[in-house]
Amino acid sequence: MIEHLDLALVNWSRAQFALTALYHWLFVPLTLGITFIIAFMETLYVKTGDPEWKKTTKFWMTLFGINFAIGVSTGIILEFEFGTNWSNYSWFVGDIFGAPLAIEGIMAFFMESTFIAIMFFGWNKVSKKFHLLSTWLVAIGSNLSALWILIANGWMQSPVGMHFNPDTARNEMIDFWEVFLSPIGINKFLHTITSSYVLASVFVIGVSAWFLLKGREQLLAKRSIIIAAIFGLVSSMFLIYTGDGSAYQVAQKQPMKLAAMEGLYEGSEGAGLILLGMPTPGKEINDGKDDYVFKFEIPKLLSFLGYRNADAFVPGVKDIVEGGFEYEDKNGEIQIAISALEKIEKGKLAINALSDYKKAKELEDLVKQEESLIIFRENFKYFGYGFLNDPESIIPNVPITFYSFHIMVALGFWFILLFALVLFFIFKDKLIGKRWFLRLAIITVPLAFIASLSGWIVAEVGRQPWTIQDLLPTVASVSQIDASAVQITFWLFTLVFTALLIAELKIMFKQIKIGPKEGGH
Amino acid sequence: MFESLSHLVLQQYWWVIISLLGAILVFLLFVQGGQTLIYTLGKTDMERRLIVNSLGRKWEFTFSTLVTFGGAFFASFPLFYATSFGGAYWVWMLILFAFIIQAVSYEFRSKPNNFLGAKTYEVFLFINGVLGTILLGIAVATFFTGSEFSINEMNFSKWEGAARGLELALNPHNLSLGLAIFFLARVLAILYFMNNIDDENIFSRSKKQLIYNAIPFLVFFLVFVIWLMFVDGFAYDPVSKKVSCESYKYLHNFLQMPMVLIIFLLGVVLVLLGIGKSIFTICTKGIWVAGVGTIMTVLALFLLAGFNNTAFYPSTFDLQSSLTIENASSSKYTLKVMAYVSLMVPFVIAYIWYTWRLMNNKKIDADEMGEDIHVY
Ligand code: HEM
Repeated sequence: MIEHLDLALVNWSRAQFALTALYHWLFVPLTLGITFIIAFMETLYVKTGDPEWKKTTKFWMTLFGINFAIGVSTGIILEFEFGTNWSNYSWFVGDIFGAPLAIEGIMAFFMESTFIAIMFFGWNKVSKKFHLLSTWLVAIGSNLSALWILIANGWMQSPVGMHFNPDTARNEMIDFWEVFLSPIGINKFLHTITSSYVLASVFVIGVSAWFLLKGREQLLAKRSIIIAAIFGLVSSMFLIYTGDGSAYQVAQKQPMKLAAMEGLYEGSEGAGLILLGMPTPGKEINDGKDDYVFKFEIPKLLSFLGYRNADAFVPGVKDIVEGGFEYEDKNGEIQIAISALEKIEKGKLAINALSDYKKAKELEDLVKQEESLIIFRENFKYFGYGFLNDPESIIPNVPITFYSFHIMVALGFWFILLFALVLFFIFKDKLIGKRWFLRLAIITVPLAFIASLSGWIVAEVGRQPWTIQDLLPTVASVSQIDASAVQITFWLFTLVFTALLIAELKIMFKQIKIGPKEGGH
Repeated sequence: MFESLSHLVLQQYWWVIISLLGAILVFLLFVQGGQTLIYTLGKTDMERRLIVNSLGRKWEFTFSTLVTFGGAFFASFPLFYATSFGGAYWVWMLILFAFIIQAVSYEFRSKPNNFLGAKTYEVFLFINGVLGTILLGIAVATFFTGSEFSINEMNFSKWEGAARGLELALNPHNLSLGLAIFFLARVLAILYFMNNIDDENIFSRSKKQLIYNAIPFLVFFLVFVIWLMFVDGFAYDPVSKKVSCESYKYLHNFLQMPMVLIIFLLGVVLVLLGIGKSIFTICTKGIWVAGVGTIMTVLALFLLAGFNNTAFYPSTFDLQSSLTIENASSSKYTLKVMAYVSLMVPFVIAYIWYTWRLMNNKKIDADEMGEDIHVY
């Protein structure tokens, strides 16, 4: 099927995807969240007619505009990169994966771009109410676009609603609703948007705190802080709720990712959740070293979070590679897990059966076709394993996944504390005097971006080596290009995106320094 | 409502939608055309500012259409998406880079402390205007000239061209369509400025430039179309699905699909009318006439490439690897789901139309640049 595997090609293609996706994600969450904050502010302006609210709305809109432009700029490549760099993938699952991308374009991008024009340029051309409506539609449009792309991402982590068609040699959709309503996709969407609301709230609070420190724009800053802190606090509650939902989904559908997130090599019943810890550097599965250099854990919590049962068995990396433990399958029946080696063998059987089927079809040998199909169907579940050779290649990078996960969660709790303290100080009317706290709020802004990027690192590094869980590994997804070509585009992206990021930051800081202009924009 | 349609009808339906998106995209490339004229038409800072702001309110439509075009092609004809994007790597990467640098330029150009300087962002806009139009034109031309690739029995594609798509730019026919699109985009931009900017100098310069751009457009366009009528095309047998070369295939397509011929001719006439009226009268509505004409002409060209048992993405390396709307499409189920989604398109067009009117009912002028709105 794949003649030769060029590891350099796969690695450069992955590096390029990671680079472009992470750059894009630097800008997206702020857009997803700040549009709602702006919409709240403008609503207050229209309700009260207070020009200070208009000034406030416009100030944040300016910052949004700068961020939005670079978000669009870094986003276009992602729409096409599946084709340019992952063309085998694009054929193998394009029948399902293409649809959400197209729907995203038709439903969300046009809505965003049409109403953004009114939001920015229409102040004097349309009525106040219509302008307000446009602002809300921009917020809704950008969040709709997140919906579709996260459904697509969720589907890769847990493919549903499809079957494999041996004649076309690809997966085909058989149930749109199952794809659309897949719990992992919906959970991802909710976790992503709520985390973005948190990020945007932290951003607004941080920038406002800077004004308060400088003794400027007190009214604007205070009002913005109140809105952002309330929005942030409410969103955080949902964030934890959906994060827990994600962890549960991961435990069910991607146990290896869960093991990596927790650095758990040896599984156990009643497994604890690591609060703080350090996985043993360079640990391999059978080297007899301890899993951790040190750890503080909450007993039984991991079992509870992952399986809603404090005594449930959580398989570790080693268990999943070697098999032999019991688990409950989709239908609630107890099964014994098979080893990765057996899965690889079954995968190879499936791949060979498919190619036998193709040959038999060419020769119009109906009996052989039927026979091959039976073998194929029996083993299809492990199709993707057939592209692998080493059982240990199903292990993702444990330290990266572990640290990203723990950084994300720890920061999540810090943000909640921040929102609560902000509201407390505002309530006591002591915020302006607490200069140390205002500084802390500013320092928190980059941390929100770190938390958000870490989330994606958990989700994507943790699922390696799969592009489609169990069905297609990255090595078999890639476009057959010279590794050197991908290397060149990788460096070009690095150069261009870095230059644009520097420009964005400089412009953004300058605009914050300039502050709101009376009426101007 | 789509339940009873056959797979073939759904494939045709989706080819029409893709063609329509492609046609609208070419019309909207007037933004790119305009970006190459900033210094030609604008001699003072204020004039250039008017031009940039006039385009700046529309660039996102072009951008979104391009992205949606990509997404819709992926969803409906994934084998094309996999083959062309993964194969003609450099062509698409160049196109993408050209759009990446465009997207920030409007917003960043006039902002203080913008790191690269206003001039750089203007150069970005210029590069986008030149590469975006010419390369997209070349990509469309390959629907008729073919590319070198092969598809194996698992439907995995492999590019066999020497330079990962760059070789396509050396083909004179591809190039002539690319240049035709480039000059067309400039013509449309000029017509758009005449309609949208209230400034006498820009208006009179536009009128003059219109002629200089309309002539090369016509020359390159005619060269391409005349060649197309005489060349061998890529036909496939509706029963055996075998692909073969057929003399005068595209001419035959026109004659066998008179509706397409009519759309094409009407489109060309409208483009000429839009240009002519704007040159010889004081009419400023040329953009609408020529715009509709552009959409019709391009639509007809796409239909010519994909309908009537024609391989729309021919492989000159291995004829039987050529892509047709039948072998490159999504499954019947997916096309049906997506057909329901396509019902949103008229609604989207309606609100774009409505807001466009709202925003453009007054021309943009120097006074507006001083107002308290977002200005680039
Ligand atoms: C506070 C407790 C949190 C928990 C329990 C949690 C849990 C999770 C889990 C399990 C995943 C992986 C989902 C998957 O791979 O399918 C994830 C991903 C992610 N997290 Fe969190 N998270 C928390 C806080 C945060 C915070 C504070 C942010 C950012 C501000 C954040 C942003 C993200 C993002 C962007 C992703 C990737 C998208 C996704 O897979 O859903 N998370 N989170």
